[in-house]
Amino acid sequence: MSASVLFDDLGPRGRRNVRIGSGVGGLFVLGLIVLGLQRMAANGQLEADRWAIVFDPRTGVPQSLGRALIVTLQAAGAAMLFATLLGAILAFGRLSDHAALRVPVSVVVEFFRAIPLVILILFLFLGARPVLGLDLPRFWTLVLGLVLYNMAVLCEIIRAGILSIDRGQSEAAYALGMRKSQVLVSILLPQAVRRMLPALVSQLVVLLKDTSLGFIIAYPELLQQARNIINFFGSQYSLQLYVAAAGIYIIVNFLLSTIAHQLEKRVNRSGRIAAGATVIAGANEDQTLAAVARDNG
Amino acid sequence: MRVRRLTAACAALGLVALAGCSSEAGNDATAPDATVPVEEEVQFDEGTTMAELAEAGAITVGTKFDQPGFGLVSPDGVPEGFDVEIAKIIAAKLGIAPEDIEWVETISANREPFLQQGQVDMVAATYTINDDRKELIDFAGPYYVAGQDIMVAAGNPLGVEGEESLADIRVCSVNGSTPAGYVQENYPDADLTLFDEYSLCAEALKNDQVDAVTTDNVILTSFVAQDPEAFELVDNPFTEEPYGIGIPLGDDEFRTFINDVLEESFEDGSWAAAWDATAGAITGAPAPEPPAVDRY
Amino acid sequence: MQALLDNLDRLWAGFLTTLAMSVAAAVIATILGTILAAFRVSPLPPLRALGATYVQLVRNTPLTAVFFIVIFGLPAVDVTFQNFFIAAIVALSVYTAAFVCEVVRSGINSVSTGQAEAARAIGLTFGQSLRDVVLPQAFRSVVPPLGNLWIALVKNSAIAGGGFAVADIAQLAPSLARDNPAQVLAIFGGIALAYMVITVPSGIAVGVIERRTAILR
Repeated sequence: MSASVLFDDLGPRGRRNVRIGSGVGGLFVLGLIVLGLQRMAANGQLEADRWAIVFDPRTGVPQSLGRALIVTLQAAGAAMLFATLLGAILAFGRLSDHAALRVPVSVVVEFFRAIPLVILILFLFLGARPVLGLDLPRFWTLVLGLVLYNMAVLCEIIRAGILSIDRGQSEAAYALGMRKSQVLVSILLPQAVRRMLPALVSQLVVLLKDTSLGFIIAYPELLQQARNIINFFGSQYSLQLYVAAAGIYIIVNFLLSTIAHQLEKRVNRSGRIAAGATVIAGANEDQTLAAVARDNG
Repeated sequence: MRVRRLTAACAALGLVALAGCSSEAGNDATAPDATVPVEEEVQFDEGTTMAELAEAGAITVGTKFDQPGFGLVSPDGVPEGFDVEIAKIIAAKLGIAPEDIEWVETISANREPFLQQGQVDMVAATYTINDDRKELIDFAGPYYVAGQDIMVAAGNPLGVEGEESLADIRVCSVNGSTPAGYVQENYPDADLTLFDEYSLCAEALKNDQVDAVTTDNVILTSFVAQDPEAFELVDNPFTEEPYGIGIPLGDDEFRTFINDVLEESFEDGSWAAAWDATAGAITGAPAPEPPAVDRY
Repeated sequence: MQALLDNLDRLWAGFLTTLAMSVAAAVIATILGTILAAFRVSPLPPLRALGATYVQLVRNTPLTAVFFIVIFGLPAVDVTFQNFFIAAIVALSVYTAAFVCEVVRSGINSVSTGQAEAARAIGLTFGQSLRDVVLPQAFRSVVPPLGNLWIALVKNSAIAGGGFAVADIAQLAPSLARDNPAQVLAIFGGIALAYMVITVPSGIAVGVIERRTAILR
């Protein structure tokens, strides 16, 4: 349903009203922006010198932001890899016919979906040594936290993907005498993967945003690096650096989302995710949007 | 789609154009210079940490990255400050040049874990010596005695005199730090704001989101010196915070070695020179009397 | 274990703070998100553009960055939050509203065209069609995702205490863990449990609601 169904084609009066409304609305929005800029100018935030620091290579700022971006991407990439692998294994576990396997796996998955990622990261950071006897560098603390959390989400996505494959496929496979594991791996998984590709890329966007939690354990990702720069050069550069860090995140995530969107279009063939498994309880906000978009087009 | 591509292209061009901008901070940026003479010939007993480090020719040191004057990281990733200089003095006695030191950021919370995990060989990070910590790691030193103090907005609008005021004002400190613990224990009803870094507290003070920041006076002094128009130190310290060099538990030879190096630096002037080049340069205060090393 | 019992009062206070913060942010986000969704489907281009820009900017920004900007960036435009609890609610609301907007918009789009056409045919205005015909039906498909967003919001609220001076459950973690290093596992068990008390029942409720409304697809 397109929005224009909600209102008739506009006659001359309607068009005039829309123009007036647009004018007023536009002025309102413009007014807010101008007010904001005025305030900023009054506080000296618009001085070119302040913004130049972000772009001037001699300060070392662009380089360090660039390094931080790479470090962020590394953490997200590593986490994505392990989370997908573990998620697939957990999904198989949850689809098992043996309750002895299915129930513990379900408990584990539900547990990691129910707690905040921050808590997981803090626990690994403060408790890995006393409790688990592990010595973890901050990179692995962050990555492990991301993996434990996201493997549960991905497990559900993969499971939903597998369940959404037309029953005929698995029935035919069983009729041919294949065992369950063969059916899962050779028949269902390859088809499910194609369908899940956009969701997986969306999850990468989520991971990228979640790496910003590394700030809490002083992992040198973008926000932490912005803090370091502010500490070094002075807090008059606060706004500029937060905007720069947020801007980099926005640009990178936007690019990834666009890729996901394009993938979604390419892959969009018949067969949607089964209605019962559309919105996975406990999924994060981005996955919810992806699922909703899939269902409602 | 076309509009999108066009916007993206324009944005890219804009960024490239901005890349040439110069800034005042860029004009000031200079490289730090090495001031510590490195020992040429070093001889240590076999099996000691000193021998291992000297052999490796490298050492990993944990320090603060966000404490002006003590451990503050520059954009190229190398920290500067008093703690950094003391670490360099110790490394030099091991025959390790400053360039061969690997600096790792140890925020308050990870100082013990990193030593226990072996992620760092020693910690010089505004590290207060106390008995609880001595159960997990060992301390050499102290190399400086600070004290917990209070920083307020310039002009001291609320008339804060000393620690008694902590009960009545909005005070800020770092979650899990010793100064925060002091407030939580002695003034449990105080309006205490807890962030992860002192610099966030300082920023909050500037914005009038809190009334005061409490931590060691040296850390506070550096914030004041960075921005004297905005901040003022109450200058009425109410605790004694001896700063020590943290090392793994049980390494008595390493501890003795570092204590010897520290005492030597007190006497031969390198300790005072380190102070003058870093914290002293910011605060303008001359080097204080060096403390007495505690060989427990 | 003992550490938890000794600090039960702090844990309880933190739990109430987390709950209050989450509920307040959820309410504001739902209202704001629905308004934004209305913007996005409205006939006025500036409002549509405003809605779309807001959503794209906010959903691609990490929540941590939003917190930074709300607490430490806004003072540059003379909006300074004295109360960090309120600031956290604002940050959480602003962030979640973008997602609520998209969910509601999807819900509106999921209502079959025939409904809106029929509404127009009998002469209802834009506002009336939306309010009396489209939104009530969209509501049913919108509730499960909104439930999910609620759970995500509760989990995200931990950032407020973990890094931004709100006395919630998460803020207790570093100080308790460091005062009682031998009991870290129990401490985190307790903290995780405190969050699960909210998220697990919510998850079950979302599942139940979803099964009930799935028939309509």
